[in-house]
Amino acid sequence: MLRQLTLKDHLHEYHLFSNRAITLLVICGLLLLALLSRLLYLQVIEHEHFTTLSEDNRVKLQPIVPNRGLIYDRNGILLADNFPSYRLEITAEQIDDMPSTLAELEEIIHIREIDRDRFDKLQARKPRFEAVPLRFHLSDEEVARFSVNRHRFPGVEIKAGLARHYPQGKLGVHAVGYVGRIDEQSLKNIDSSNYSGTTHIGKTGVEKTYEKILHGTVGVRQVETTAQGRVVRILKRTPPVPGQNLYLTLDSRLQAATEAAFGDYSGSAVALDPKTGDVLALVSMPTYDPNPFVNGIDYDDYAKLRDDKDEPLFNRALRGQYPPGSTIKPFIGLAGLEQGLTGVSSSTYCPGFYMLPGSTRKYRDWKRGGHGIVDLDIAITQSCDVYFYDLARSLGIDRLHDYLQHFGFGQRTGIDIVGELPGLLPSPAWKRQHNGEPWFPGETIITGIGQGFFLTTPLQLANATSVLANRGYWMTPTIIRAEQESGQDALLPHRSQIAETLSINDRENWDRVIHSMVDVVHSLRGTARGIGTDSPYRIAGKTGTAQVYGLKQDEEYDAETIPEELRDHALFIAFAPVDDPQIAVAVIVEHGGGGGSVAAPIARKMMDSYLLDEPV
Amino acid sequence: MSTLLSTDHEDAGQHGWQHRLHIDAPLLFALIGVSALGLIVLYSAGGEDMELVKRQMLRLGIAFGTMFAVAHVSPGLLRRLTPWVFTAGILLLLAVLISGTSSGGAQRWLDLYFVRFQPSEMMKLAVPMMVAWYLADVRLPPNRFQLLASGIMIAVPMLMIAKQPDLGTALLIASGGFFVLFLAGLHWRIMIFLGVLAGAAAPLVWHYMHDYQRQRVLTFLNPENDPLGTGYHIIQSKIAIGSGGLYGKGWLNGTQSQLDFLPERSTDFIFAVLAEEFGFIGILVLFAFYVFIVVRGILIAIQAQDTYTRLLAGSLSMTFFVYVMVNTGMVTGILPVVGLPLPAISYGGTSIVTLMAGFGILMSIQTHRKLLPT
Repeated sequence: MLRQLTLKDHLHEYHLFSNRAITLLVICGLLLLALLSRLLYLQVIEHEHFTTLSEDNRVKLQPIVPNRGLIYDRNGILLADNFPSYRLEITAEQIDDMPSTLAELEEIIHIREIDRDRFDKLQARKPRFEAVPLRFHLSDEEVARFSVNRHRFPGVEIKAGLARHYPQGKLGVHAVGYVGRIDEQSLKNIDSSNYSGTTHIGKTGVEKTYEKILHGTVGVRQVETTAQGRVVRILKRTPPVPGQNLYLTLDSRLQAATEAAFGDYSGSAVALDPKTGDVLALVSMPTYDPNPFVNGIDYDDYAKLRDDKDEPLFNRALRGQYPPGSTIKPFIGLAGLEQGLTGVSSSTYCPGFYMLPGSTRKYRDWKRGGHGIVDLDIAITQSCDVYFYDLARSLGIDRLHDYLQHFGFGQRTGIDIVGELPGLLPSPAWKRQHNGEPWFPGETIITGIGQGFFLTTPLQLANATSVLANRGYWMTPTIIRAEQESGQDALLPHRSQIAETLSINDRENWDRVIHSMVDVVHSLRGTARGIGTDSPYRIAGKTGTAQVYGLKQDEEYDAETIPEELRDHALFIAFAPVDDPQIAVAVIVEHGGGGGSVAAPIARKMMDSYLLDEPV
Repeated sequence: MSTLLSTDHEDAGQHGWQHRLHIDAPLLFALIGVSALGLIVLYSAGGEDMELVKRQMLRLGIAFGTMFAVAHVSPGLLRRLTPWVFTAGILLLLAVLISGTSSGGAQRWLDLYFVRFQPSEMMKLAVPMMVAWYLADVRLPPNRFQLLASGIMIAVPMLMIAKQPDLGTALLIASGGFFVLFLAGLHWRIMIFLGVLAGAAAPLVWHYMHDYQRQRVLTFLNPENDPLGTGYHIIQSKIAIGSGGLYGKGWLNGTQSQLDFLPERSTDFIFAVLAEEFGFIGILVLFAFYVFIVVRGILIAIQAQDTYTRLLAGSLSMTFFVYVMVNTGMVTGILPVVGLPLPAISYGGTSIVTLMAGFGILMSIQTHRKLLPT
């Protein structure tokens, strides 16, 4: 390389450098412009968009759970209330090692398998920064133990809340129902925004039917939070609207007296106020304590209830379907009077059995020797089967079906408690559709004494009795007497509704049938005379016995030799006082045997409790 | 402005004190201005933690002290020391690669018992010094052999640092060396050739990148892809900047910053805090300072009296600009996330000391000029 080539030309280099330096400055300027346009784009053009995003970041909505409405009986006795309870909540985000945290927690707080399962399910559904409950209803001791060890468990907190409690325990559980934790299925049927924060929902009974009124409207707290979800301050607060209190039509004293009257028997009893349709008592025996259900009953305890042969969880009053037996006779008698097929003076001979013309099959009367010559009054008073076999045949199944339908048989009464079943009022059309078979004349005969396909619920029977007591006015049964806004004294009464008015040809026919029913209780030959002798008020009633087990042609029914589960159901319907009916009852005692001896005394105790006891 | 920017020889007499103390007053005031603005933003970004601000002030004090000390080293001495500094830097980098303690997943630190030292910081200054030293004596523009030699001087430390891995610093070192070459008159043809070469090498680079580096590039290309993972930084940063608007939400009132939505808000993403709380106007003020510093640095370079100081001063000023652009580009989402702080604003790091040492060199170059008639 030549020496002169390496000689430096300082002026040339200076110019070269200056040119390059200025080029760089220009490039810098252009880059800066690009950056500033980017900033203008973000800060001016897209400013609103990013402001929205920033607000979304900062402002969170927190639900404020409304207090659930209380439930009282008609006299103001508390049936369902809320009491303070403590629950343990875990925020997954703040836990490093969940399994070991849970293991350590288990040492100081009792955690059941069901709690763990629920916790795991909830955790999978909720965001990690949200607190998820692990245990509800901590005992005072557990709260104290945790408080001492609190420093060991960052991310685990005790929160206070209100929990549902049923102070009367087993009383009226089939009417009041209970709440339970919201599950996947109930989530589908509710407005989830109104239930954000709510943990429990009505599962059965009034708690379920009136869920909307009891729950109230959720409140909202607008809070500013950090990125981790910690609340910095409250921006705005919309208070929740508490649920309304409900006053039921139930009389808890009557309810208690009824439950006690059943003793060890299973069965059901319903008492209505005929004038209003108020459900005064709704009993299904045996009953059970709803409180364990509120926070998830143990598998073992639940299995014990579910597998109990007496089926305490089964709501017999609404869902139990029994043959009405002889309690149907006054209604059929009324149909016969209306159709002119029978009169006060017309009579039939009862030899103790009945045969259809051209048939050899004998339809027995409950009284082996027969009742002799009977008219309608005797037929009802002594419950003569042969008389009603004959009357049913004269009426025919179609007229029978139409008349009984007017008393609500075979259809839901429309009571405001969920789960009611319609019973079954058979007809040839129903049978064709259901069994694909024609209607046989013999089936009409046994329908006349409330057997065969015929099924009613205790509520239906009480309702029909009430219609009879009202001489045709049918009040829809209702469990709600009044609502009450939280914090207010005023009650907003529910209006009773007339569902239907039965118009009959001769209004005296009501009195004729009712007169016979009074004789059932108060005459010397009445089948329920046992409860009538010392009664301070007059009762109209009708006994019934529903066969569980069909006897063969010449078989004897002997209560002593038949196993209990095959013994007849005992039934009794009644209303009192006869001149001014205030209570109508239907009682069914499963496998109780005789209606007059087992079911009627229960009904008497119910009416005594309601009519005679001093109000609280 | 015109008097501040003027570096005419006549002024040297008027500002004799500047020469005696080896201080360039315009540069000093601009740097103080940026640092003061930085402390104000830091107070807000750090959650009104006065301790944090005090620690940063201490760090700034050390940095400014270093700057004054370096300003007293004459360019001549600096030039003589250059090859030794560079060689020492390479050896230290080797030491880091062999035995460096791991910090934050990357090997950057060398534990010298009394202080943890980052040799890569030193190389930010040593590489442009070395390339300027090498080119100072040759006839410019450099020929191919000299380019190759310079290229090796740049590439070796750069690759060693990239290996640590510290992509941001490697990038700054590469650009520091590149600016020396560019200012030395690197041919445009060669630059285009290098550009094409870089484009062709991209897949190769991708192949050798660490997973987290690849992730950053992918995130940059589509931050919404992973909104809770790596994309979160960019998304939250854009929200902070955009919601700041023209005038900002006010000091201490930035919700993105104060409520923890913005990650790394005292360090790499502090620019977003400034943008949120002081808006576009605040950004303009910051950039006014930055532009002033860069222009002042380039003017010092133009007026420098020999090739070594000229190339060095130009490169240091431009590297500072790259620093600013890479950080702000990253925070505004137009560049991938490279862990580089915002110079003189971000909290912490030894980088502020290196940065101020660089300005010390600029001041030295400006104030050691001999007052010769042209």
